[in-house]
Parts: sequence; structure tokens; C-alpha cells
Amino acid sequence: MTFEYAPAPESTSVVKLKSEYGLFINGKFLPAKGGKSFATINPATEEVLAKVALGSDADVDKAVVAARSAYNKVWSKMPAAERGKYLFRIARILQERAREFAVLETMDNGKPIRETRDVDIPLAAAHFFYHAGWADKLEHAGVGSSPKPHGVVGQIIPWNFPLLMLSWKIAPALATGNTVVLKPAETTPLTALLFAEVCQQAELPAGVVNIVTGDGTTGAEIVNHPGIDKIAFTGSTAVGKGIARAIAGTKKSATLELGGKGANIVFEHAPIDETVEGIITGIFFNQGHVCCAGSRLLVQENIHDEVMAKLKNRIEKIRVGNPLDKNTDLGAINSAAQLAKIIELADSGDAEGADRWSPNCDLSSKGFWYPPTIFTGVTQAHRIAREEIFGPVLSVLTFRTPQEAIEKANNTPFGLSAGIWTDKGSRILWTAKHLKAGVIWANTFNKFDPASPFGGYKESGWGREGGRHGLAAYLKGGK
Amino acid sequence: MHVIDGTSNSIKSFLKTLSPVDQVGAEARAAMLGTRSIKTSSKTWAIDMAISMIDLTTLEGADTPGKVRAICNKAVRPDPTDSTVPHVGAICVYNDMVKIAREQLDAVGGGDIPVAAVSTAFPSGRASLEVKKVDTEFAIANGATEIDMVIDRGAFLSGDLVKVFSEIEFIKSLCGDKAHLKVILETGELVTLDNVRKASYLAMAAGADFIKTSTGKVAPAATAPVVLVMLEAVRDWYSMTGVKIGVKPAGGIRNTKDAIKQLVLVNETAGPEWLNPQLFRIGASALLNDLLMQRMKLRDGHYASPNYVTLD
Amino acid sequence: MRIDVKKTYKLYIGGAFPRSESGRCYEILGAKGKFIANPAQASRKDLRDAVVAARSAFPGWSSATAFNRGQILYRIAEIMEGRSSQFVDEIVAVEGCTPTAAQKQVREAIDLWVWYSGWCDKIGSIYGSTNQVSGAFYNFTIPEPVGVVGAFAPQKSSLLGLVQTLAPIIAAGNTSVCVASEKFPLSAITLSEVLATSDLPAGVVNLLTGITSELAPWMGAHMDVDAIDTTGLSATQDKEARIAGAENLKRISAFKSDVSPQRILAFMEHKTVWHPIGL
Repeated sequence: MTFEYAPAPESTSVVKLKSEYGLFINGKFLPAKGGKSFATINPATEEVLAKVALGSDADVDKAVVAARSAYNKVWSKMPAAERGKYLFRIARILQERAREFAVLETMDNGKPIRETRDVDIPLAAAHFFYHAGWADKLEHAGVGSSPKPHGVVGQIIPWNFPLLMLSWKIAPALATGNTVVLKPAETTPLTALLFAEVCQQAELPAGVVNIVTGDGTTGAEIVNHPGIDKIAFTGSTAVGKGIARAIAGTKKSATLELGGKGANIVFEHAPIDETVEGIITGIFFNQGHVCCAGSRLLVQENIHDEVMAKLKNRIEKIRVGNPLDKNTDLGAINSAAQLAKIIELADSGDAEGADRWSPNCDLSSKGFWYPPTIFTGVTQAHRIAREEIFGPVLSVLTFRTPQEAIEKANNTPFGLSAGIWTDKGSRILWTAKHLKAGVIWANTFNKFDPASPFGGYKESGWGREGGRHGLAAYLKGGK
Repeated sequence: MHVIDGTSNSIKSFLKTLSPVDQVGAEARAAMLGTRSIKTSSKTWAIDMAISMIDLTTLEGADTPGKVRAICNKAVRPDPTDSTVPHVGAICVYNDMVKIAREQLDAVGGGDIPVAAVSTAFPSGRASLEVKKVDTEFAIANGATEIDMVIDRGAFLSGDLVKVFSEIEFIKSLCGDKAHLKVILETGELVTLDNVRKASYLAMAAGADFIKTSTGKVAPAATAPVVLVMLEAVRDWYSMTGVKIGVKPAGGIRNTKDAIKQLVLVNETAGPEWLNPQLFRIGASALLNDLLMQRMKLRDGHYASPNYVTLD
Repeated sequence: MRIDVKKTYKLYIGGAFPRSESGRCYEILGAKGKFIANPAQASRKDLRDAVVAARSAFPGWSSATAFNRGQILYRIAEIMEGRSSQFVDEIVAVEGCTPTAAQKQVREAIDLWVWYSGWCDKIGSIYGSTNQVSGAFYNFTIPEPVGVVGAFAPQKSSLLGLVQTLAPIIAAGNTSVCVASEKFPLSAITLSEVLATSDLPAGVVNLLTGITSELAPWMGAHMDVDAIDTTGLSATQDKEARIAGAENLKRISAFKSDVSPQRILAFMEHKTVWHPIGL
């Protein structure tokens, strides 16, 4: 007899879903003008969770007006230390309601409860806590002695870490004295709307945070609205380039966190067992829906077989299934569209001659699922080595020398993240120095912290989020 | 398979082939496995498995024949009111208690429960080889079928790996086919996980049937990262040699939650083939009663009281 | 009586002084309409060659020690000092200003190299950070040069604006393709003669003279240019460069303040490195 883990589902009773949600503008929930709405579903079951208002141009305008008014009348006049206290309040309420947020996030996104409970929600609260303390210390942010906020910031966030990305955006914006119009992703609006309730509980002045749910057209309205002073966007490189073009010649500045194709480099003297864990975390954390995923594994050729054997052995132990089960490691793919994209790119790997391997796993017929997958025999020319798959699919390449590893790692238009695995300290620093990437994890991977700047080189974006450097992006100091 | 011929060079060159351990990464993996939620039917299964893996231990200066006989009775029938409770994996005592334990077990229907003797000047190991020889031979002669020896940590830390290796080899030769050899690394004194890995391989190469974390006299003892690294060692040794070596965490595992975490570590590291008393033991004493109380809770649907489990 | 030996004003690419591959030059008239020189009119192919030179110089310059870069920037100031009178003469001729004003511009330009020289080995310690993350990790952030930076020097100044543009770019460890003021290009060529004799590796600075509106679109769209200083572009040219530059998400900045460490940081990327702390 073997050790089967009985189902251990987290209770959903902590979440009180409404059948319909309005837009959060000027401190109140309002229906969209014209009354349009869209459904958000649980990607693990395809059940409709709620109807959500689809924000129009008029709604965005209303939100910008509210944000501007709050900026002029309240937020920019408030003593910085008092502003900070609101952020502390929000951090505390997020901690208090953490379980509710974790369950709701898992339902709306499809990611495992273990991750929302242990990563997304605690980090979101930590972001507010960290930035709260910055509010009255902005003259130390490195942009001069009298930094100023931009004013009204338009923020557009992705579906892969809904509440966490919200906190990455809203916490520094508010700490620096900006007000916000934020659009959550179309497939994951619910925790942002629950966050609106947190703002109410924290008695945040009306209009400081406005949340306009909707689709790509709603996002474009925010980008193009003349009342917006700064854009902060996390999402695809294609949309990021569109934003860069749209704001050219305007006074808007932008922070862009875009795609990646992170190289995870394994040298021969790596701590192999922890490296295998790091490879797993690098590509299967959050179903690989991570812009900084270690999606290109570069293994020194002389240890390739050993690493692959251990990696496959480890992947076989990944538990794929009900995201609400506390023992699930790999949850549902966020949407049918994303699943189709993963299938298309992975199939190109087959067509281009790479070797596919997946463990046996039973996937539910309801919902969107993709098994953990690795492709070996991948070369730089394969699409799966160049394009961001944004799913649980790892491309494995080999290299012979450190120089070759660097050349291959940097041979991409992206430059967000990279990993280095070796026990040799000097090689870590040499490799880190030569990698063209904004975040480098040495002997670890996919670690995040509000104090740690995050952001990419090249086509992975503009600017940083987190830490002093991320804070500075929300301030004008005069160049 | 002989991967080491016992010379200093062969030991050193073999240990150099081992991958280093990153402590933070190993701790993170162990901690993650600690979040596994084991409920209902799987918990029932795990509790009985854990009971059957316990090396029920008494290693005190104050041990008496009466105390040893009492734990032998408990080993055979952990819960006198419930015959479905399995017996424990073994009894573990000092060598002067071996005979008493063996006789008592045989007398109360525990003839299939082995007696393990701690040996080689347990717990410090600071004695001449001659003393260690007599210690071991005496235990075997008195009926011990398992020998829990300690490695010479002083020799290990001073770099005299030949001494560590040859002592294990020597004790193994004394055990022959009469006794299983468990080699205690005393990981709390080796300090680093790199040392735990090296010592694990040294023991396996020298003939250990089991590698055991600790004496229970030094803290920290069987921490999850240490057990993780030892489970990785037996897993990789098996793929290298085709031989399965057992693992025995000992010390600090006091409640059901800890024990189940150990089983999860086994299940997801060495694999399900290690989930049996032939390949995994837990050195403990107080643990047994907590397992019994949890078992009662699952059976009866309400929380148990220590008044309903026996104190021995 | 002696006839002056006049200088041929050529481009500066990869440490060499070629004429434009197009064979073109354009006429520079002095303040009073008098002919001064026929500098090369760089083409898009010259710009392309300059980007290649800048790219190939980047690994060496960016990995030179900050101390070494600082010494070389200081050396530039030393060599400029010796050439002061030539700069003054050229500025007077093309800008039509007084010798005193020209001299002031030259002195400020020299002093600016000295100032940026000192920044080379300080920018990282002042604008980098160690980050107190929650967990057993050492985590630090360091600014690094972004790569090849295209630059359009301010149109209204011969020399000072050019140095205000170039010095922060190369102090950061970047290499540059810099387009000089269209009307006042002569100082740029004289500066390149200074650079060529200042231990600055070939290709670190490439200077082009020519028609700004002709070169700007090619710079904006060049996929191997990582960033652009558009201070010398008109509002329309700036917007077009930003639209074209979006294709590879160039970092594009135009500066209001003449001198600031923010001008160095504008062309640096922040790299954050994590490592566990364990036994």
C-alpha cells in the first residue's frame, strides 16, 4: 500500500461572492455606464463566479476625474506620515483577511492555494507595509531633496498574480502621494474588487484608489486619457510597445514590466538537488505564468544527463489538480486562450524536432489544464527557446563553457530574469556581471520581496518596481 | 558495490564527486514538504505506519530492568485496548539491557520485534577500538539483531576519514549476518549539510544498512533538512549501486505532526519504496503515545486524553 | 605672409576619422555669413557603422574598472585644456560670440569632464543598494550601463552641450553614437581629436556631423541602439524617435537640467542579485 494523500480542500466558505460587481469609483461601487458586464470564471471548473462591470470610456473618465479631485483636494495635501498610516491600515486588513483573499484568488485565477496562502497574499500585505514606511521619507528616495508625485497614475495589471500585482502598483503610488486608476485583468478581477472593500474598511479617502474592471479597450482608455500623468503596466511586450508608442510626445511617463525568457544556468559544480528544486520553482511556480520564469534551462553538457534524470524524477512528484487542495503543486491554466497559446507553442517544439517529456498525470476534463512538460534537445533556433510560452513548459539547452552560457543566455530580446547555479562564488559574480537581466537569482529562483527592485533590461520593460528604485519611478525629481 | 577501497585517496576522491548542498534551498524544500496536509484516510494510514516504524527507545543512566520490560510490553501492544494497533519496529537499549529486552519480548509475544543496541561507546564514541569491539560483540551475543553505532565525529571533523570509514567497516564485519548495522552520524555535531551528505556516503560505502541522524543526546537532532539530505543520499545510492539503505531519524520527533512530516519527506524524496520499517525507522519514545492519542481521535471522533494511553 | 593650413572636418567612427561613406559634406558659415568649413554630412550608413563600432567597444569599456574610466575622463579634461585656444577660436567663428564667452564655455566643458570623472566610481555606491529582504538572502542592486546610447547634442551650443551629453553617457560605462549640433559641429570634431588621444578606447565615442532630421529616424529605429538622449531633437523629432524606439523599447530621455547624476542614471539599468545566506 502506498501513501496516498486524501483530498485536503481549503473551505470556500470564507469567501462571500456577489453575483454582480460594479466599478469602484470615488469610494463607491457603481454600475458601468451602459450597463455592460462580463463573466469571470473559475478556470479549474469553468463555473461562472460573478458578473463584473465592463468599464467604458465614460467610466474611465469618471474614475480619472475622481482621482484628480482626490489628488488635488485631499491626498496631495495630507501630511506624508498620515498618508503612510493609511497604507499601514491596508496592510493590516490584508493580513486579517488573508485567508479570504487566498481562497478567492485561487478560485478566480486557478493557482494553488498553497501559493496564494504562502506567497501571493503575504507578499501583497508586505508590499503595503514596506511602502507605508516610505511615505514620510521620500526625500531619501534618491531623486533629489524635494521629490513630487506625478499626480494621477493609470495602472494596468495582469492575471498571473492579481492581488500581488495590484499591491506592487498601488502601494508605491499611494506612498509617494499619487492617486490611482487601476484596471485588473479581465480574467481575474475579483481580488481587486475585494481590495476595494479593504480601502473602504481602511477609510481611505474617496477617489484615491479607483478600480475600473474591463477588457483591453478599458485599458487603452486609461493609457490614452489626457488626465493621466503616468502609466504603470505589467503585461505582454506587445502591449507594452503599444503603450510606449501611445504616450510618445505626451507628458506621460511609464513603468513597463513585460515579458521574459529567463535563462536558468546550471554549472557543473551546482548543488544538484537544490538546483533541481530551483528549476522546478523556476518553471512550474504559478503554472509557469510568470514573466520572470526560468523557462530556458541552460545546463552544462557534462552534467545534462544527471540533471535530467533527477529533474524527471522530481517532476513525477508534482501534484497537479484541484487548486483549492492544500497539497496541489500545479493548478489550472488561467484561461482557454492561454491554454491555446501554450498548446500552440509547445506543439511547435514537437514540429521543430525537440523531445517532449511529461509525467503521467490525470487532468480533469473540466477546466483548463496542461501537464508539466520539458523539452530536451532544444537549440537557440527553436521557437520554444525564443518565445515566451507563459506556461509549465521548460526548454532545455546545453552549453560547454561559461562564455557560451552567457552568450546563449543573452541571445534574446528579453532581459528580465536569470538564474545561476554553482557552488563557486567567483563564477556566480562573473556570471551575474555578464548577464543582461534585471533580476538574477543565484542558487535560488523566483524569490520576491518588496525591498528588492524588480524589472527588466531590453524588451522586458522600463524601470523597476520594488525597493528604493521602484519607489523613485513614482516620483518626479527633475532630471 | 565497492566505491571506496578504504584508502585515504579513494575516500577523498569519492567524496569529491558528491554535489554540494545549498542549505537555504534544502531548508526551503523541507519546509515546503512540511506544509503537506495529511487528512482522514491518509492520516490513519500514516499513523499506523509511523507506529510500526518506531524504534521504541530508552537510553538513560537510570534505565532499570523494570523500565526496559515495561517498554517491551508496550512495544508489543502499544494500545492494550485496541488489538488493531501494530507493534513497533524495534526496541532500542544500551547493551547491558539487551538480554532483558530480548527475553521480555519473547515472553510477551514480541518474538518478531528486534532488539537494537546502541554501541561503540554510545553516545560520544570516544573509546578505543577494542572497547567498541567488545561493546558490539557483547550486544550481539546477548541477542541484539540491530547495532546502532556512532561514528567518530572527532575523526571526521579532523579529516581522518580513513578512521571513520574503517571503524564502520570493522563493526560491520562484527555484525556479519547476525545483526543489521545502523550508523549514527550525530548530525548536530557535523553542523553542515555538506558534512551530513559526506558522512552518509561514507557510512553507506563502509557497509551501513541504515544511516541514522542522531544519538538523541545532542541538539539539533533529526531536523527536516538533515533527514531530507540523508533521504537524497539513500535514493542516489540506490540508483548508483542498486542497494537500498534505510534511514532512521532519531531525536526531537515528539508528536504525530512531526512523524507525518517525516513520512511525507520519505514519500517525496526517497520514494514510496522506503515507506516500510525495513527501510525507515523513527527513534523515539514519547512519540508513540501521541500517535496513539491521534489514532483514538480519528477512531472516536473526539479528542483523547493522556489518561487513556499507557505511560510506559 | 603665410597661408593657413586648414583642417578637414571628418567623422569620428571606431577611433578613425573617415569621410562620410556617401561622399557628402555640408557648408558651415560663420556668424557673419563667411565660409568656415565643409564638415562631413553623415549618412544612415555612417550611423550604422558607428553603431557597430560602439557595440564592439561596449564589452571592453563597460567592464573596465570604474577607476580606470574615471582616469580616462580626467585625461580627456587634461588634453582639452591644452587645446583650449583651438576650441575658443572655433566657437567664436561659428557661434559669433565673444572670445570671453567662448572661453567660459570651454572652461565649463573641461570642468564638466573632471566632475563626471569623479562620478565613475561613485555612482554605484550612491545609487546602488543592499536590500533588506525578508529571508536568508543577500540581495543587492547595482546600476550597470545600458549599452549603446544614441545621442543628439543640444543644437544651441558647440561644445558645452556636447560634453553635457557625452560625459554622463560614457561615465556610466556606455558607448555612444553622438550626433553633433547641426549648425555648430566643429567643436565636435576637435573634441574627437582630443578623445582619440586620451586613452579612450576606439569606438567608445563615435561622433557624427550632419543633418539631424536625416539621422534621427535611423537612430530611433535602429534595433541595436539601447537608449537615446533626444535633448538635441525638436519636439516632433523627439516624438517620432520615441515611436520608432518603442520597437525595441529604447530608454529615451531628453534633459532639462544640464548637469546631474540623474543624467548618468538615465542610461543605466539596475540589476538586482539574490543569493542565499547559509552554511
